[in-house]
Amino acid sequence: MIPELGYFALIVGLLLSFALSILPMAGSYSARSLWMEAARPLALGIFAFVLIAFACLTIAFVQSDFTVNYVAQNSNSILPVYYKVTAVWGGHEGSILLWLLIQAGWAATVALFGRQLPPELLARVLSVLGMVLIGFFLFILLTSNPFDRTLPFPPMEGSDLNPLLQDPGMIFHPPLLYMGYVGFSVAFAFAIAALLGGQLDAVWARWARPWTAVAWAFLTLGIALGSWWAYYELGWGGWWFWDPVENASLMPWLVGTALMHSLAVTEKRGLFKSWTILLAIFAFSLSLLGTFLVRSGVITSVHAFATDPLRGSFILVFLALVIGCSLLLFALRAPTVSARSVFSFRSLETFLLGNNILLILIMAVVLTGTLYPLVADALHLGKISVGAPFFNLFFVPFMVLLCLLLGMGVQANWKDSRWDKLLGAWRLPFLAALVVALVWPLAFDHYHWGAVLGIFIGAWVFCASLADIAAKTRNANSFFAGLKRQRASYYGMHLAHIGLAVTVLGVVLTTVYSVEKDLRMGTGDSVQVAGYDFDFGGVRLAQGPNYRAFEGILHVSKDGEPVAELHPQKRNYFSGGNTMTEAAIETGLFRDIYVALGEPLDRSNPSGDWAVRLQYKAFVVWIWLGALLMAIGGGIAVADKRYRKAKATRQVPLSGNLAAA
Amino acid sequence: MHPVRKQRLILVLVLVALSSAAVGFVTYAMRENMDYFYAPSAFAAGEVPFEKRIRAGGCVVPGSVQRSEDSLDVQFVITDGEAELAVVFDKILPDLFAEGEAAVITGQLMHSGVLRADQVLAKHDESYTPPEVADSMVSHKSCADGAKI
Repeated sequence: MIPELGYFALIVGLLLSFALSILPMAGSYSARSLWMEAARPLALGIFAFVLIAFACLTIAFVQSDFTVNYVAQNSNSILPVYYKVTAVWGGHEGSILLWLLIQAGWAATVALFGRQLPPELLARVLSVLGMVLIGFFLFILLTSNPFDRTLPFPPMEGSDLNPLLQDPGMIFHPPLLYMGYVGFSVAFAFAIAALLGGQLDAVWARWARPWTAVAWAFLTLGIALGSWWAYYELGWGGWWFWDPVENASLMPWLVGTALMHSLAVTEKRGLFKSWTILLAIFAFSLSLLGTFLVRSGVITSVHAFATDPLRGSFILVFLALVIGCSLLLFALRAPTVSARSVFSFRSLETFLLGNNILLILIMAVVLTGTLYPLVADALHLGKISVGAPFFNLFFVPFMVLLCLLLGMGVQANWKDSRWDKLLGAWRLPFLAALVVALVWPLAFDHYHWGAVLGIFIGAWVFCASLADIAAKTRNANSFFAGLKRQRASYYGMHLAHIGLAVTVLGVVLTTVYSVEKDLRMGTGDSVQVAGYDFDFGGVRLAQGPNYRAFEGILHVSKDGEPVAELHPQKRNYFSGGNTMTEAAIETGLFRDIYVALGEPLDRSNPSGDWAVRLQYKAFVVWIWLGALLMAIGGGIAVADKRYRKAKATRQVPLSGNLAAA
Repeated sequence: MHPVRKQRLILVLVLVALSSAAVGFVTYAMRENMDYFYAPSAFAAGEVPFEKRIRAGGCVVPGSVQRSEDSLDVQFVITDGEAELAVVFDKILPDLFAEGEAAVITGQLMHSGVLRADQVLAKHDESYTPPEVADSMVSHKSCADGAKI
């Protein structure tokens, strides 16, 4: 009964979405305010019905209702209850329902917080979101119904949630990632509404900015969490693999980052208007492309579920419709919103333009590397895969350029800056970063020029941000009075940039100074890796709620002082299926010690020698710490008061100060 | 020339120059960094270049996994149902690696005719055969079918 209720709620939601996509839009053209006002209750209603459907599926999971096919596939009666709840989005159908829930949630949020928007704009934004919702309702109802029954012969026991997903990181990774993906649909809806209305000015940009920033912050967190999860759960200590699925989430992030910066120019200077619109369209299209890549099974990946060709075709058609219609609209309407204004090549606009070009170039390279194997396969050019060396070859130099530009641009002014002033502002952070870069590698066991370059890049971004804060507070009565004078978005920007610097440093130091050893170890064996002594105390049996494991005992010490006792596991889940490697990690701010069990080298004798991987990961936490700072920075920027003014003014601020980007 | 037009012209020229440089560079790098996939019979037919990074895949022949006595070195044979290929590896094998199951290997073909693996992948899902391997199988579509025959 409950699953049918959920299915019914989805159908009602679909009908309401049709109403939402037609009524307010029609009302906005015929000036019927009653039709336009229907948008807000409709959006809230859709959210309520999707929430009911989601709750129904959750109940089916908690009650282990194996008459529901999706529950039988992804749950098991001995699964701990918190994993039963997260198993709701552990498979294809449920994760699409989660997507739908978040999509409807974003529409409802716009309806709640968008009251100060002009009624036509709000009506059109919500209508566009309604159209996107129709697409996902149809997708779930036609191809991926999570409420399908297994009647009349339900299985006695479910086949269990994939053990890889039985992990705390997995509870948050998909919702955060989807918050980001789907959040770009709001920026997309704003862009389409602006094209329809022909109104694309600083005020519009000010409305669109916080939504973009929130979506971007969530996406940043989602990607970071996914990377962290891969690091400790896939068992082998890598944190980025250039896997097509990772690329699928990175591409909208890159375009979203470009979008935030171009929106800043549109708001402050009224420039880059059609470019901003294009970026908003692309950010959402790439999110959809990511879904297509992940869900259609065209690529081999951790995330690929058993495939149904209908699903892939559906998303492809949906993607084609979204891109086709929005680009057509863009071609027809963009000339009406273009701007005419001049800026000097020494201005902040130029640097932000450079930022946009670089980010789009990086995205294009990632897109090429991700899609080329698919195209080559379709054209029968052979089965090809594009490996990490290809991506690194471009990503690294482009990121270096991007960071150099960032440090230069962060102190430039709008419209025009003087060369002598710019050079003066760059000198101190440049020297500081250079000193840091030359000295820091001395703290490690060998000097590495790649590390010097990498540290310089990170330190340059960091120092340039600090220098700008110092410059902005110089003329105030006191340092703190100066700090108070700046807006929230200004601090958000600097925090995000410092976060980038921290991530860059983490990436560089981990890449250069980590040590990894695959060893054969027997009980009592001892080995030294990167100055740490590892004593192998053998393997014992351990028991979890729904698995049994071999558990290795490793005593880690440095210079005779004990550091940690680590217990990496090799798990076998009762539900059968795969053996799982559970790494043991001693985390620190400056290094991780990472231990994973391979396999018993003689399978009939688990107390004999084992394959063991011992790793010293220098500064690896900084990668995710930096991402966290970036996301917090995005959050702080949204808290800026000027986004919450009840009545927005029409005037474009043209202050010569550097405004928050 | 009108200053707006002039700026736009310079901008467009810079963009064109940058993107064509990027396209050229990407095409070149792509050619250098593509890993082609070969089935064991392609190795037998001598189609595979030596000492170049390539990928290979097939089913691990039951009984072919041989371990060294004192190190992690391991040797095994993969097959596509027609030809066989010997693989050597000196790191930890993935959890899902097993005899009779599919494996995809990235590595280099040595002049001795043995594939030296840098990376061995086995699929995360037990009821799944990687599409490359499934397509390359001569007589059947998954390793499990092959084991029965």
